[in-house]
Amino acid sequence: MEIFFQQVVSGLATGGIYGSVALALVMIYQATDVVNYAQGEMAMFSTYLAWTLLNAGVPYWWAFFGTLVISFVGGVLIERVVIRPVENKPILTIVIVCIGLLVILNSVAGWIYSYIQKPFPSPFPPRPIMLGTVVFGAHDLGAIGVTLVVLAFLYAFFRFTTLGLAMRAAAQNPVSSRLCGIRVGWMLAIGWGLAAMVGAVAGMMVAPIVFLDPNMMAGILIYAFASATLGGFTSPGGAVVGGLIVGVIENLVGTYVHFIGTELKLTVALAMILIVLVFKPSGLFGRAAVHRV
Amino acid sequence: MVLLEARGLEAQYGWTKVLHGIDFAVEEGGITTILGANGAGKTTTLRAVCGMVRTAGEIRFAGQRINGRATEDLVRLGIGHAPEGRGTFVNLTVEENLRLGAYARGGGRSVAQDLERVYGYFPMLAQRKKQPGGTLSGGEQQMLAVARALMLRPRLLLLDEPSLGLAPLVVREIFRIVRTINRDERVSVLLVEQNASVALGLAQHAYLMETGRVVMSGPAAELRQNDAIRRAYLGY
Ligand SMILES: Nc1ncnc2c1ncn2[C@@H]1O[C@H](COP(=O)(O)OP(=O)(O)OP(=O)(O)O)[C@@H](O)[C@H]1O
Ligand SMILES: [Mg+2]
Repeated sequence: MEIFFQQVVSGLATGGIYGSVALALVMIYQATDVVNYAQGEMAMFSTYLAWTLLNAGVPYWWAFFGTLVISFVGGVLIERVVIRPVENKPILTIVIVCIGLLVILNSVAGWIYSYIQKPFPSPFPPRPIMLGTVVFGAHDLGAIGVTLVVLAFLYAFFRFTTLGLAMRAAAQNPVSSRLCGIRVGWMLAIGWGLAAMVGAVAGMMVAPIVFLDPNMMAGILIYAFASATLGGFTSPGGAVVGGLIVGVIENLVGTYVHFIGTELKLTVALAMILIVLVFKPSGLFGRAAVHRV
Repeated sequence: MVLLEARGLEAQYGWTKVLHGIDFAVEEGGITTILGANGAGKTTTLRAVCGMVRTAGEIRFAGQRINGRATEDLVRLGIGHAPEGRGTFVNLTVEENLRLGAYARGGGRSVAQDLERVYGYFPMLAQRKKQPGGTLSGGEQQMLAVARALMLRPRLLLLDEPSLGLAPLVVREIFRIVRTINRDERVSVLLVEQNASVALGLAQHAYLMETGRVVMSGPAAELRQNDAIRRAYLGY
């Protein structure tokens, strides 16, 4: 039973990370109908920036927030410079641009930092934490906490601020938004910035677990797709819940179904994507897809 | 004084030209109407004023030339537009829809005052303020569109067929409010309509469009007496 609880909690920790990346995907998808395949690599790059700051002796939380700011600016710039010129092109063009971005970020990171794995510190104490009779990893609990804080922040931003409202409006109805004076292009860019920030948090929280290397996010992106598909690509909250479910299932299956073990875990994610797409294509919380014409 | 003036205004979608050099003017503080059958180019004219289509010719607003400016900037000059199709943010609440109308003015306490003001004009919106815009009926969404444009505190209000698909009683209600806004708040109005009898009753000046051209214009009272207009649009 203890093992069960431990696995659930560490599943929630990684699930929160999948959920965050899924949320970043959904935020951009809702605003622009673009699935940002480079989301994982953007997060990886942010994590390397954090690593650089930490290596330069910057204290952890300063490096953490510094990375968030840089990632936000980087996300905005990527949208303005790379995505904007192809904004109105067919969706396939945008997908190819995103994949190009993925490859570029990956190779630039490899070129600057090499492909050798690097340890990445956790801000949480290495000592495990006892809750009742069960022992939990401090980083697992901390990562869950950080994820919750990020989600609460985003929720409050979109729900209660005028800018958040304008961003939701721009995603839904660009024409009406312009008639309200909203600069739709900038709203999309800010959306990319926020998504990059959320991705950066996910990267910094997962790096202590999987170690830092340029391909660190590849597997996580698959899980994030599974999460977003499960929760519904049209539902930000669903993406997060989807992430938690995927994280927990992944961990339990890896622990209790012995022929799967760690090697085949990724297959579980793909199987989940397939099952959802076949039986409930809009996901658990999504609205049925309505295509723009 | 003339608030809005177009000279030789042309507009096109892609390669297709749909406005072939029209002239019209809206007096400050007045109500002007543009009438015309389906496809005459009325909506396109309003879109041209708002920078939503490619134009040639000249449009002046309060003395400045505004052709080629971005829609977002024209809104900041005080041009409010209740567009064809109503432009509701269907997943946002009624109140959020209204708040967005005031977006260009920046936030602050005045937004709360203006919410009260438009709820005063449209009490049914107040009852439904927490409801998603998409769940309103067609007529209610039309009121929402007008109310959203009013949240801007516009100098010029563009109304695109506010009577479309509405019960006669609701039409009368909306037009009564438009008249009140015009009189009490000195908002100038450019009203596009197919419902000629109502529009000519409200406006001081009228234009009649046909396939992208202005074919007749004059004081509304005069157009109402015109035989051709009576036969084609008023039906008596
Ligand atoms: N987005 C568009 N793309 C191409 N052509 C368009 C577009 N919108 C309108 N048109 C064409 O422009 C012409 C004028 O259309 P417009 O919408 O201005 O007419 P209208 O007078 O508003 O008609 P209605 O009373 O039916 O609303 C029509 O021939 C129409 O087919
Ligand atoms: Mg029209």
